[in-house]
Amino acid sequence: MDILEFLSYGFIRRAMTAGSFIAVLCSVLGVLLVLRRLSLMGDGLAHVTFGSVALGLAMKVYPLYVSIPVVMISSVGILKMIERAGIYGDAAIGIVSSLGIAVGVVIASASGGLNVDILSYLFGNILSIGDAEVYISMFLAALVLLTIFFYFDEIFSMTFDEEFAKASGINVNRINLILAVLTSVTVVLTMRLVGIMLTSALLILPAVTAFQIGRGFKHTLFIAAASGVTSVITGIFVSFCLDLPAGASIVLINFALFFAAFSLRRFNVFHG
Amino acid sequence: MQAVVSAQDFSCRHNSAEVLSDLSFEVGEGDYVALVGPNGSGKTTLIKAMLGLIKAAKGCIRVFGYHPDEQEEWSKIGYLPQKHLSFNQGFPSTVREIVGLGLPAKKTLSGRNREADIEAIDKALELTNISDISHKLIGDLSGGQQQRVFIARALVNEPKLLILDEPTTALDPETRENFFSLVNGLNKEKNVTVIFVTHDMGTIGKYASKLLYLDKRIIFYGSFDEFCRSDSMAHFFGESSQHIICHKHN
Ligand SMILES: Nc1ncnc2c1ncn2[C@@H]1O[C@H](COP(=O)(O)OP(=O)(O)OP(=O)(O)O)[C@@H](O)[C@H]1O
Ligand SMILES: [Mg+2]
Repeated sequence: MDILEFLSYGFIRRAMTAGSFIAVLCSVLGVLLVLRRLSLMGDGLAHVTFGSVALGLAMKVYPLYVSIPVVMISSVGILKMIERAGIYGDAAIGIVSSLGIAVGVVIASASGGLNVDILSYLFGNILSIGDAEVYISMFLAALVLLTIFFYFDEIFSMTFDEEFAKASGINVNRINLILAVLTSVTVVLTMRLVGIMLTSALLILPAVTAFQIGRGFKHTLFIAAASGVTSVITGIFVSFCLDLPAGASIVLINFALFFAAFSLRRFNVFHG
Repeated sequence: MQAVVSAQDFSCRHNSAEVLSDLSFEVGEGDYVALVGPNGSGKTTLIKAMLGLIKAAKGCIRVFGYHPDEQEEWSKIGYLPQKHLSFNQGFPSTVREIVGLGLPAKKTLSGRNREADIEAIDKALELTNISDISHKLIGDLSGGQQQRVFIARALVNEPKLLILDEPTTALDPETRENFFSLVNGLNKEKNVTVIFVTHDMGTIGKYASKLLYLDKRIIFYGSFDEFCRSDSMAHFFGESSQHIICHKHN
């Protein structure tokens, strides 16, 4: 099948466009999350998304409109638990995450059980990516990149050592808040692409791939973004050709990239 | 003249336990203060309070005349934390990037002076003798080399006040000597105010001009001469300890 025919499908073009922007978002935010040992943030927020999607479907509201505010509140909640109550990041994420699932299950069963709609959210469906998702993801990618551009020094400093950043006069709380909000919207969008179950993979895998070969902070961010976009484009292509689910294909390609980067590093270690 | 650091009836708590009680002292411009005391005596806590990392329970502590929440002179302060080795060893950053963290954060668009930054970083790398490893990843260095990187980070913005929490642990004897003469030079030639924490009682008198002995409260604060002549200190520490601290002082 030739590329032009492949690209002539509207849904493929939309999935590729939105997917590439989502991949950039996920990879860049993923690097920051993984380095701060909040890798499972994506997973936790995705579970909250499940609860909010169930709520949206039950209320007959477009789930995205329920999910975005609910997930934002949850991510700020996770931050506050870590900050104020001194709970470990993973425990705080675990609490919010299980709460999300529990609420989702209760609402879903009260409103007639797990139906096809919910399942499509669990595993993602690129056919469901409409113009709204394309525009939101473009807008958001621009917003995240601008934020990182403007606050690069601050974000880098906080990621390396939050206490030192505070002691250099950086308003750590404000930047944490901004990053939490951006992460929330990213997670909700990612869910449309690869599904709730696989969202965290898109946040974690490009980051750890980049750690294998990154030679500096900026370099690492760049490699992560490149590997995220590559995985989405290849993943969608492969899934279309072989008639496989797109989300899972994207994740498997991501893993292949990680494995390649890891081997590359091993190779370097042995030969240099 | 305004004091660089001033504390008035300053108290501090961790959870509910009072860790520092009613400290009042002043550090003047150009002072070189050794902050000493046993483990758990509150040295790190005092330093963190100066930087606004821990809130006062009572009283206040000011640096350059500012309350920590309203501090406007961050770029005049250089800080070396005690627990620098607890960072993520896999962090994908080069030595250069880490040293650059000591420079004040700048808005990327509004006239970032990259040339000046590069120069400042080069200079700090040179002073701490790590120019040759500046492109290595931080996690690939030894503990002592990492310590030098963090010293460079504290020096890179040419601070007027240097706050060093146990700067010489992990340094080999030669590096330690170099470090002290470097800080000494900054103090003498550029009138940089220095506050450093150490357990190395034998060497403090060689460099520091003042001694702040802390044990939840101030046991002694004053010049070395006063400390060495003080009978009450001889009584408090026992003559032999006082002698260890003082004998190298001249
Ligand atoms: N995060 C914390 N939570 C609770 N208590 C703390 C915390 N940090 C320090 N403390 C307590 O405060 C007291 C002072 O600690 P601090 O770290 O200031 O001592 P220090 O003089 O720097 O000791 P060291 O020589 O071991 O570095 C100690 O009794 C310690 O138990
Ligand atoms: Mg200490």
